[in-house]
Amino acid sequence: MDMKTRTAVIDNVTVLIEEEKNLLELVRKANIELPTFCYHSEISVYGACRMCMVDIEGRGILPACSTKPEDGMVVSTNTSQIREMRKMIIELMLASHDQSCTTCPKSGDCRLQNIAKQLGVEKIRFKQVNTHHELDLSSDAILRDPNKCILCGDCVRVCSEIQSVGALDFAYRGAQAKVVTSFNKGIGEVECVNCGQCIKVCPVGALMPKYQINDVWKSVHDKSKTVVVQIAPAVRVALGEYFGYKPGTTTTGQIISALRRMGFDKVYDTCFGADLTVLEEGREFLDRYSKNENLPLFTSCCPAWVKYAEQYYPDLLSHLSTCRSPQQMFGAICKDQLVNDLGISREDLVVVSIMPCTAKKFEARRDEFKVDGNPDVDHVITTKELSIMIKESGIDLNKIELGSFDMPFGFTTGAGVIFGSSGGVSEAVLRFAGHTLQKGLTGEFRQFRGNDRVKVSEIEIGDKKLRLAVVSGLANAKKLIDKIRKGEEHYDLVEVMACCGGCINGGGQPVSNEINAVSDRSKGLYDNDKMLQFHVSSDNPYIKQLYNETLDHDKAHKLLHTAYENRRRILQDDIIINKVPEDKKLSITICFGTSCFLRGAQTLYTQVMEYLTERDLLDKTEFTASFCGKQCKKGPVLSVNGKSIEHCTLEMAVAEIEKIL
Amino acid sequence: MTGSILTKQIIDLDKTREIYKDASASYKSRIVICAGTGCMANGAMSIYNKFREVIYERGLKVAVMLDKEEHKEDDRCDNDFLLVESGCQGFCQMGPLVTLYPQKILYTKVKTSDVEEIVDRTLIKNEYVDRLLYECPDSKHHVRDMDKIPFYERQNRIMLKLCGHINVHDADEYIANGGYFMARKSVLEMTDTQICKEILDSGLRGRGGGGFPTGRKWDLTRINESDVKYVICNGDEGDPGAFMDRCVMEGNPHSVLEGMIIAAMAVNATKGYVYVRTEYPLAVSRLKTAIRTARENGILGEHIFGSDRSFDIEVMEGAGAFVCGEETALIASIEGKRGMPSIKPPFPAEKGLFGKPTVINNVETLATVPVILEMGAEEYRKLGTETSKGTKTFALTGHVANTGLIEVPFGTTLREIVGEIGGGVIDDDGNNCGVDFKAVQIGGPSGGCLTQEHLDLPLDYDNLRDVGAMVGSGGLVVMNQNTCMVQIARFFMQFTQNESCGKCVVCREGTRQMLALLDDIIEGRADAATLDLLEELANTVKIGSLCGLGKTAPNPVLSTLKYFRDEYIAHVYNKRCPTGNCDALKTYRVIVEKCKACGLCARKCPVDAIEGSKGVPYVINIEKCIRCGACYTACKFDAIVKG
Repeated sequence: MDMKTRTAVIDNVTVLIEEEKNLLELVRKANIELPTFCYHSEISVYGACRMCMVDIEGRGILPACSTKPEDGMVVSTNTSQIREMRKMIIELMLASHDQSCTTCPKSGDCRLQNIAKQLGVEKIRFKQVNTHHELDLSSDAILRDPNKCILCGDCVRVCSEIQSVGALDFAYRGAQAKVVTSFNKGIGEVECVNCGQCIKVCPVGALMPKYQINDVWKSVHDKSKTVVVQIAPAVRVALGEYFGYKPGTTTTGQIISALRRMGFDKVYDTCFGADLTVLEEGREFLDRYSKNENLPLFTSCCPAWVKYAEQYYPDLLSHLSTCRSPQQMFGAICKDQLVNDLGISREDLVVVSIMPCTAKKFEARRDEFKVDGNPDVDHVITTKELSIMIKESGIDLNKIELGSFDMPFGFTTGAGVIFGSSGGVSEAVLRFAGHTLQKGLTGEFRQFRGNDRVKVSEIEIGDKKLRLAVVSGLANAKKLIDKIRKGEEHYDLVEVMACCGGCINGGGQPVSNEINAVSDRSKGLYDNDKMLQFHVSSDNPYIKQLYNETLDHDKAHKLLHTAYENRRRILQDDIIINKVPEDKKLSITICFGTSCFLRGAQTLYTQVMEYLTERDLLDKTEFTASFCGKQCKKGPVLSVNGKSIEHCTLEMAVAEIEKIL
Repeated sequence: MTGSILTKQIIDLDKTREIYKDASASYKSRIVICAGTGCMANGAMSIYNKFREVIYERGLKVAVMLDKEEHKEDDRCDNDFLLVESGCQGFCQMGPLVTLYPQKILYTKVKTSDVEEIVDRTLIKNEYVDRLLYECPDSKHHVRDMDKIPFYERQNRIMLKLCGHINVHDADEYIANGGYFMARKSVLEMTDTQICKEILDSGLRGRGGGGFPTGRKWDLTRINESDVKYVICNGDEGDPGAFMDRCVMEGNPHSVLEGMIIAAMAVNATKGYVYVRTEYPLAVSRLKTAIRTARENGILGEHIFGSDRSFDIEVMEGAGAFVCGEETALIASIEGKRGMPSIKPPFPAEKGLFGKPTVINNVETLATVPVILEMGAEEYRKLGTETSKGTKTFALTGHVANTGLIEVPFGTTLREIVGEIGGGVIDDDGNNCGVDFKAVQIGGPSGGCLTQEHLDLPLDYDNLRDVGAMVGSGGLVVMNQNTCMVQIARFFMQFTQNESCGKCVVCREGTRQMLALLDDIIEGRADAATLDLLEELANTVKIGSLCGLGKTAPNPVLSTLKYFRDEYIAHVYNKRCPTGNCDALKTYRVIVEKCKACGLCARKCPVDAIEGSKGVPYVINIEKCIRCGACYTACKFDAIVKG
């Protein structure tokens, strides 16, 4: 290959072309930030917002995101024509945008707002053409405001490409085009796993975490309530970004003080729950490993992954660790202990958690985590919501004194802290397992650190060889699991985090322009680990005390473990509508797939049932509903004793039945 | 040869042709009923049935399929006539059409009541039924030889040659006329590079609108190594008023398949798709039948023509989204995704359908391919202009006497098309008013409006592009002097707005705002800034859009702004529509001399804008008037005028 260096001239500056995938990346390398709404380096290039247009000598005006850098290219990013075009595109967007900016939760870090300001758009020359859409309030985690949507498609792509869920897609044409869920249902009623990655990429306020700020304030201000709060590990290395700190800066002390000032009664650490999780999950793993039962063990800390597994891999639910997540272990222990210690009713103890995650909002409302209808965790707010509350309180985070956690649930080991990064759970469990299996082993298991989305390693502890996989991003998880199912791969333990990089990159975290934000936050957590006294969860003295004093086996099982439900909507198995014991004469199957349904399968079913009832045949006929038989164009399809009738009508069905009788 | 192909029936083209020629010689006449959509809609099938009925009544025999069984000499002449359903003959204005061979008589606007006369006089007695012959509008004489009808005489139908003449239900008729010989040649005798070179040499450019050299497109696909490659025929014809591809798919589906086979041999593809919009049910069913027949005869499937090559074709029905005519959107649609264009590169030649190298050509392009191989590139190149070789079909519609499907060499002028083939411009009542025309909208919603100054412009890809229009897929809408050009621009804008996929901002929002600005102009709300903004926006949409739909969507606006700016100015500044078509700009006025002061107008006026009293002519208060036209309709004495 020709090793000649390749260069391009960008706005009069010569830039070396290296591995840049597209011109936009190259322009960024030249320290020019082209405005864009739809370009994200980690998802596919979409080329729809048309903002990153540049003028390439000899080729004209082209979008930088979808143009390959070529040797000798002469590029201008800022001609008068391009400037006018960009402004006009912003005007076009604004003319069909609900411009209630002052009350929009995204105001301030809205990219549309920022770019409009940056480009100096002073007025909108076009007619306001937006139509009103109802807010989608169906989810506990995510709020959709279609009025704000600019159709950049970022959410659609992140949901299908990164998360392999595909809860969102486009529908309708032209100006009527909309991002919708299937059958226009609420986002809380479809396959959405609440990971909130769509929120992270949404440049405007069309997708936001469902705020619980007001609920929290209400509890805090209610004198009859004792309000305790837990802070997830990933929050402490990210919140600072809202207050001008670099990603990864630890602000635990500031957060604790701020929360106290706001009026929280106790400030605890979710890492305490994480330490508990390590012990429970570690023991579960060692138990399964020794029995060679239900391996690989999948972690269950991530509620988005849990819902994903419930939806798409119900057959693997027995492989999922029965351990509750740290948030829920914490909530359960908290409510159990403190109610006794403080002598108050469950209802008067309010547990608030501050999470980097939107799915935690969903998790906290799962029925499994309620006692007589009262949830173990009452309110879940995201890092972003916490930043809003701090700002609302007028607290200057830069000047506030550093506080420390309340005991006992504020005591934590480094193993609990690293839970916030992908690989942290595995490392924490291995530290515990290593410690348990081989006294004195205090390895760090660094193999699972780093930015890779799939990390695989074989670890020897004593005479045992453990194969582990750490995966983040559900699409990556899907690929891995499919390989496991096919028998191509074998693992003993698989850690799955829905968000790439783990909780530090959760849907409730700040959106950062810094390329290394996620790895910096990760580094922040491992630094925290180093600074702490203990690094193995079983060394946590308060945990030891807890097990010694209150947590016997049964109680631990009751408070710290859970069960899962099969959420698969369409089962592969047929559904028997009318079951007949022995001497069945007729066996009728009707396809209830979408196409057959639309072609009248429902009516046909009713008619045939009526006919069977009239002819007194019901007790001799087994009637089964099947799902799509892939004969969609020939529907409705009904079969009588194995003979399939296409485009079936009542007359045709009756004729066949009569023939048999 | 392997064992498996020995068991399969492979058609012997030469023998089929021979048998067919022999068999057809036995009929006295071949009666061709045009069964194109236009003629069908006007009752062609009942004429077809009536012919059978009448011929039987006369004690004569008629066959509906050529009897190809070999007969002994004396056994021949079982039938007197052969009755055939053909595809569109193009002369839709004059349909239903009945053509008689070998007499070459074309009867126009035939009704079932005419059938007896045709049978008795023409088929039996060999006389002409003059009143059914085409009558020249100028000389009023009846044209007996169909080739001498100006509509056909001025055309050069090479791609459409068989379309409208052969039986759509009989593949053998296609073969008898030379069909599939070139496919066989491409499979058995030519190398992939030879085919690509021949097509490149012919100068054939994409007929779907882009005008990219077909040979180069094929060569780019050919050089990409892949285990699987695809050939796609783009039959997603969606321009309002365009029906060229439909006619070819309906009238000569085998020619499309043959073109695809040749393309497949050129690029080494093994699988083909014909993407047809579902609103073309006749095309879909005829293509499916043609594919089945071709498979049965070893022309499609494995070991085609007994070779070791395989190629099969499947029909995909599109949901009628205009944007799916854009190749990347079409590919997405076949893949089962939402039909939205994606950015290029990569081009389909590298990464097309299912990520494999793909050739995607328009119906007309593919149907032209066998013609080129038959004529030879050298001969084909002689047709057309320097940069645009060969012929092009156009769907001629609008204010023109002879609407229909035409095929002319590139370089033909608008004057020839509109004046001679089209038979001149007609007024709103359908009366011929010569070539006194105002404009032609060429190339559908992506094209532009041309005016009188372009009447003698030789039409080809580059000339049209230079004047702000495009060949497009070939829609040609003629407009007379009473047409409001702002409304024409609005019409096409409405279309592209509806059909935009909504992906890129400039197309989705830009077309919507352009439409709103045009509405402002038409409804009298525009000011000086409106025109400037419209023009700036049109240019932004043109440059900024992601795909061809958006990039060309402003053409109708830009070209009318260029050639009919005075009309825009009249709308904007004088609040007047020069053609009186824009309701909101109409002013109603009472002609004092004619007013009988009956007061009916004032009673009908919903806003009490008309005042007057008995004996005094009434007056319309322009300020109050909402221009509903109620007074205009109500006046019994034509005393109210608008304009």
